[in-house]
Amino acid sequence: MQKLMVNGVEHQLDVPDDMPLLWVLRDVMGLTGTKYGCGIAQCGVCTVHLDGHATRSCVLPVSAVAGRQVTTIESVGEQPVGQAVQKAWLEHEVVQCGYCQSGQIMSAVALLTEHPKASDEQIVDAMSGNLCRCATYTRIRAAIKSVSQA
Amino acid sequence: MKFFHHALGLVASCLTLSVYANETATLSKGEYLTRAADCVACHVVPGGKPFAGGLEFKLPFGSIYSPNITPDKETGIGNWTDDEFVSALQKGVGKDGKHYYPAFPYTSYTLMSREDILAIKGYLFSLEPVKQVPPENTVSFPFNQRWGMMFWNAIFASNERFTPDSKQSAEWNRGAYLVQGPGHCGECHTPRNLFQAMSSGRPLAGAELGNWQAYNISSDVQHGIGAWPEDALVSYLSKGYAPGFGGAGGPMADAVEHSLRYLSPEDLKAIAVYLKSTPAQAEGITRPSMVMNDAALQKGVGLKLFNDTCVACHQLDGSGRQSPAGGLAGLKTVNDPSGKNLIATLIEGHTPKAMRVDQRMPDFAGSYSNEELAAVSTFVLRRFGQSQGQVKPEDIEKSRASALH
Amino acid sequence: MSDNQSSPALLSRRGLLKGGAALSGLIISAYLPPMVSRSFAADVVKGANLGDGAEKGYGAFVRIDHTGAVTVISPKIEMGQGVQTGIAMMVAEELEVPLSQVTIAEAPPNAALYTDPLLTFQATGGSTSTRYTWEPLRKAGAGARMVLIQAAALRWNVAPSLCRAENGRVLGPNNQSAGYGELVDAAAALPLPTDIPLKPINTFKLLGKSAQRLDTPHKVNGTAKFTIDLQVPGMLIASTRTCPVSGGTLRNLKNEAAAKAIAGVRDVVRLDNAVAVTATNFWACQQALNALDIEWDMGPHAGLDSAKLDKSLFDASAGDGVFAHKAGDIASALKNASSRFEAIYEQPFLSHSPLEPMTCVAHVRADECELWVGCQAPGLAQMGAAKVCGLPVEKVVIHNQLIGGGFGRRLESDFIFQAVDIARKLSYPIKLIWSREEDMTHDRYRPHYVDRLNAALDKDLRPVGWEHRIAGASVVAAYLGGLPADGVDFDAVEVAKDPIYTLKDLQVRYIRHDPEVIPVSWWRGVGPLRSTYAVECFIDELAHNAKADPVNYRLGLMQSQPRAQAVLRKAAEITGWDKPLPAGSGRGVAVSAVFGSFVATIVELEKQGAKGLRIKRLVTVIDCGFANNPTSVASQMEGGTLFGLSAALFNEILIENGQVQQTNFHQYRQIRMSDAPPVEVHIVDSVESPGGVGETGAVPAAAALVNALYAATGVRERRLPLSRSGYFTV
Repeated sequence: MQKLMVNGVEHQLDVPDDMPLLWVLRDVMGLTGTKYGCGIAQCGVCTVHLDGHATRSCVLPVSAVAGRQVTTIESVGEQPVGQAVQKAWLEHEVVQCGYCQSGQIMSAVALLTEHPKASDEQIVDAMSGNLCRCATYTRIRAAIKSVSQA
Repeated sequence: MKFFHHALGLVASCLTLSVYANETATLSKGEYLTRAADCVACHVVPGGKPFAGGLEFKLPFGSIYSPNITPDKETGIGNWTDDEFVSALQKGVGKDGKHYYPAFPYTSYTLMSREDILAIKGYLFSLEPVKQVPPENTVSFPFNQRWGMMFWNAIFASNERFTPDSKQSAEWNRGAYLVQGPGHCGECHTPRNLFQAMSSGRPLAGAELGNWQAYNISSDVQHGIGAWPEDALVSYLSKGYAPGFGGAGGPMADAVEHSLRYLSPEDLKAIAVYLKSTPAQAEGITRPSMVMNDAALQKGVGLKLFNDTCVACHQLDGSGRQSPAGGLAGLKTVNDPSGKNLIATLIEGHTPKAMRVDQRMPDFAGSYSNEELAAVSTFVLRRFGQSQGQVKPEDIEKSRASALH
Repeated sequence: MSDNQSSPALLSRRGLLKGGAALSGLIISAYLPPMVSRSFAADVVKGANLGDGAEKGYGAFVRIDHTGAVTVISPKIEMGQGVQTGIAMMVAEELEVPLSQVTIAEAPPNAALYTDPLLTFQATGGSTSTRYTWEPLRKAGAGARMVLIQAAALRWNVAPSLCRAENGRVLGPNNQSAGYGELVDAAAALPLPTDIPLKPINTFKLLGKSAQRLDTPHKVNGTAKFTIDLQVPGMLIASTRTCPVSGGTLRNLKNEAAAKAIAGVRDVVRLDNAVAVTATNFWACQQALNALDIEWDMGPHAGLDSAKLDKSLFDASAGDGVFAHKAGDIASALKNASSRFEAIYEQPFLSHSPLEPMTCVAHVRADECELWVGCQAPGLAQMGAAKVCGLPVEKVVIHNQLIGGGFGRRLESDFIFQAVDIARKLSYPIKLIWSREEDMTHDRYRPHYVDRLNAALDKDLRPVGWEHRIAGASVVAAYLGGLPADGVDFDAVEVAKDPIYTLKDLQVRYIRHDPEVIPVSWWRGVGPLRSTYAVECFIDELAHNAKADPVNYRLGLMQSQPRAQAVLRKAAEITGWDKPLPAGSGRGVAVSAVFGSFVATIVELEKQGAKGLRIKRLVTVIDCGFANNPTSVASQMEGGTLFGLSAALFNEILIENGQVQQTNFHQYRQIRMSDAPPVEVHIVDSVESPGGVGETGAVPAAAALVNALYAATGVRERRLPLSRSGYFTV
């Protein structure tokens, strides 16, 4: 039995302790907003927040999450920064296929929570772990910048 | 320079992580000893059948290939008698009087009792025979003259069993037996002399192994494992990492995966107790202090690549994101000015399937250039270590060229 | 599936396009009579629901319900290109409804209704979507508006000409007003209009102005469902391990008990060339696949490697192949030329690697096969699936889904067939998810190509003409099962046989050389991307050979291409092309006329150290005719440019022992935010018919990059990717 705090709600789940959080979220809890892309922490589409920090859930054994707060794309909009980022994403029409954007938004929210006035350089440093095959990077930069300069 | 004090926290948190599934209870004595002696490490090729051999060893004078030790009568050891098997492990002389090269660690196995050796044979003979002939060795003259090993053996191989030291505890003696005998730790960790024999004066002082460095594991506090708490050693041996102290990579990761994680907690503790009592050898790489160097955070290829591909698991403060297994701070690897094991890890990755996902790392050999890998290596050394190491593209090329297998 | 294709499929998209408006009207009337004449109206009237047995030929595009809500049936799948919003805008513009009142439904497979006349089958690809829908979809909206007005006019007993539609309502001459929802029943009795005039461009309210995309709000909060996110009752997850060598088979399988002992695992299924495991979760599937002891028969191609493949293609490229184009007399021109210039360009095998790996939900029952899958060619998927499960085609139901990255990969249905093959052996529905490793090593790859160009130059070192030999696997043949009688892969020779440069003598030879082991397919940019790389590098080399400015040299040869000239001039102006850069920096340009659009891209880069490349500026100018939704055009150009650069910098699929060596993104690296600056896009104002933009941005990127490298360093690289020669981004 694993005890998990996901999006503010406590769950007791019968899953093996080495199962990556990604699959617990998607296949056990039905929270499919967090995506699978590579399974080796190279693409970032599985990014969630662990105690507020952007974390790749594909390489995160569920047992390592005990006692920590997991936030996913499904609830990040409840935070002011999350809401601002989602709004900026739409205003700047960032999204193309959209598959990676949950992860992009989670990384962006973590960055802007830690550095509300993130510089261009901080944006690139924090976002370069997130791949986008549609290559929406031009608009991701612009959207984050609009929040950091607001 | 900013100090951080994660060390104790890291150690504490690592101990709360689950240990590998307890495999020991179900193992027979023969299988347990086969694991302890890590026979499979050498007698398999990646993706091949266990114990069927065929693994290449690139030696300075040519390549040799491990034999098939499954009970196949034609291509394996199915026709071997007990005496022949014992002779192989204790004297390095196989069936029909053939002398082995000491890539086969009979110089350590010789300490094992006949009873233990036959338990191993019993286990191997219980396995499914595999019909497979290893490639021919390509050793050049005069090293292809196996009879020459007779003289080598006369000087460097002792052919005697382990004798307990009555002045020490049973635990210490158990540890000594495992380390010196079946565990054959010194085969990699003791420097070799001109004749490729383990140096008797510098046991466990560390040695090169292809593109890897087997670190000093003597009790020296700075250079060896003297400062490691016993728990950290047990964690390292059973799980492959001890945050703030070490992470097993390359051949050592293999040893953990195939051998050490199967040993009982008592045996692992015995190993720790023994290692911490060995004569201190003050040589090799020292442990870094747990210090981060902010001056290393300069714009450049190294920092760029670290942010692109490394930071998601290791973090800019080296503390490990998903779990302490990704911690870089405090590891000798980041304090070796040559970056040897760091480079080897970048090139070969770390992907044993038995390891948990937070302990795996992809290899970056394929799509990153020598310049890029040198830059990111240098960044890691400067950021987390104090050696002021500077890795050059040639070092990456050299590591690629001297890969073990 | 290819044998289901008839000869019309062998028409060239570009050939169709070149005829211009008159021809395209002809084609639409030839291919789409049901859509143009009657489609919308019957549905307005009957509220028919496609897929539930509505009459064929009716209700193809527009439905309006009693609340006035408009549903547009999209014949094109959304994979990020924004096409469904564009289509909704076309309908809304003519129907006079706000975009917020429109929702999108995916078209089911139905060749009679949804065949793309440019592609000649029902598919999304080839940058054809906006071009093909531009007229019929606006007509669908306008026709619906006409019958609604007519119905209102009858109700109010006034002439229809005195009524007008606005904001989802019909307004009468005496302040009468009726919502569309009130009118749909009355409209049912009315005959369909035959002559449907369209609004003049200068009266557009929606089209031509940037609009918020309809699909994006769900994509920023995690609620959008891609195929990989679907859940149907009783479903289990499936994952496969397929033989690492194409053409190999499953020989033996052991350790099944150990695999099944893993918590959550249900079944182990043997396929001809793969093993599948079903379980309650993907992780258990992977653990079980790892636990299995699988023995493959690697088949006849296990000895193949990249070195052998490279050599055999390179040798073949010197051959004569077949003529794809012949104008003038290149042999004499080369013989009499005052000088000649020759170059060979190579482009590697490429994987698509969309971030959503291949995924398909399949439920095969005794009498029906139901599929939920994001696919670019639902008709082909349906036909192939029917064969796999042995049911009639009409018993295969496909629910098309949002696509998490296509780039051509989902024009193929191999993974759908595998899902059906597994599901037909099971009593429950499955969601097949390929691991990234399976996805990358079992792609259908963009072929490796060799282009040889040999130009005859006049005394001013300008080309009189050239010979262009194109050698590589035929994607057309792989996809359709064969080539037209002339033996030419019409996609591969596009652009090459019709360059933007005026050449008196031009000869294009096509040398088909299929690799023995690697399946090939469409990859974003297709043939035009490949030809553009070769031609735009070559013209750049000719300019430097003539010691001429690459922009001026091109302009001098582009007299017959005013739109191409204009984008090139504009790009040069934006970047300050004439302003010199410091040593070690350089600008490179490439121009192309593709997919009905014209594009010029300029890359500015700086060399750092021996092989470090810092991309400092990216500018692309596009004339795509009338830009429906300018934001979507800009997005496609930004993303397409970086997509092209990503492959040009880093990507190459290599083979060893018959097996693809790149397994995941650590070995098949993709461009990241740190690798390139923002892309600056300029869209030329135009009222010409819309051109395609989905692939247009990717097309000139590689040539502009390589030309910039030359400008900065004096080193000419001809083989992609640049990482092959040790270059990397800084």
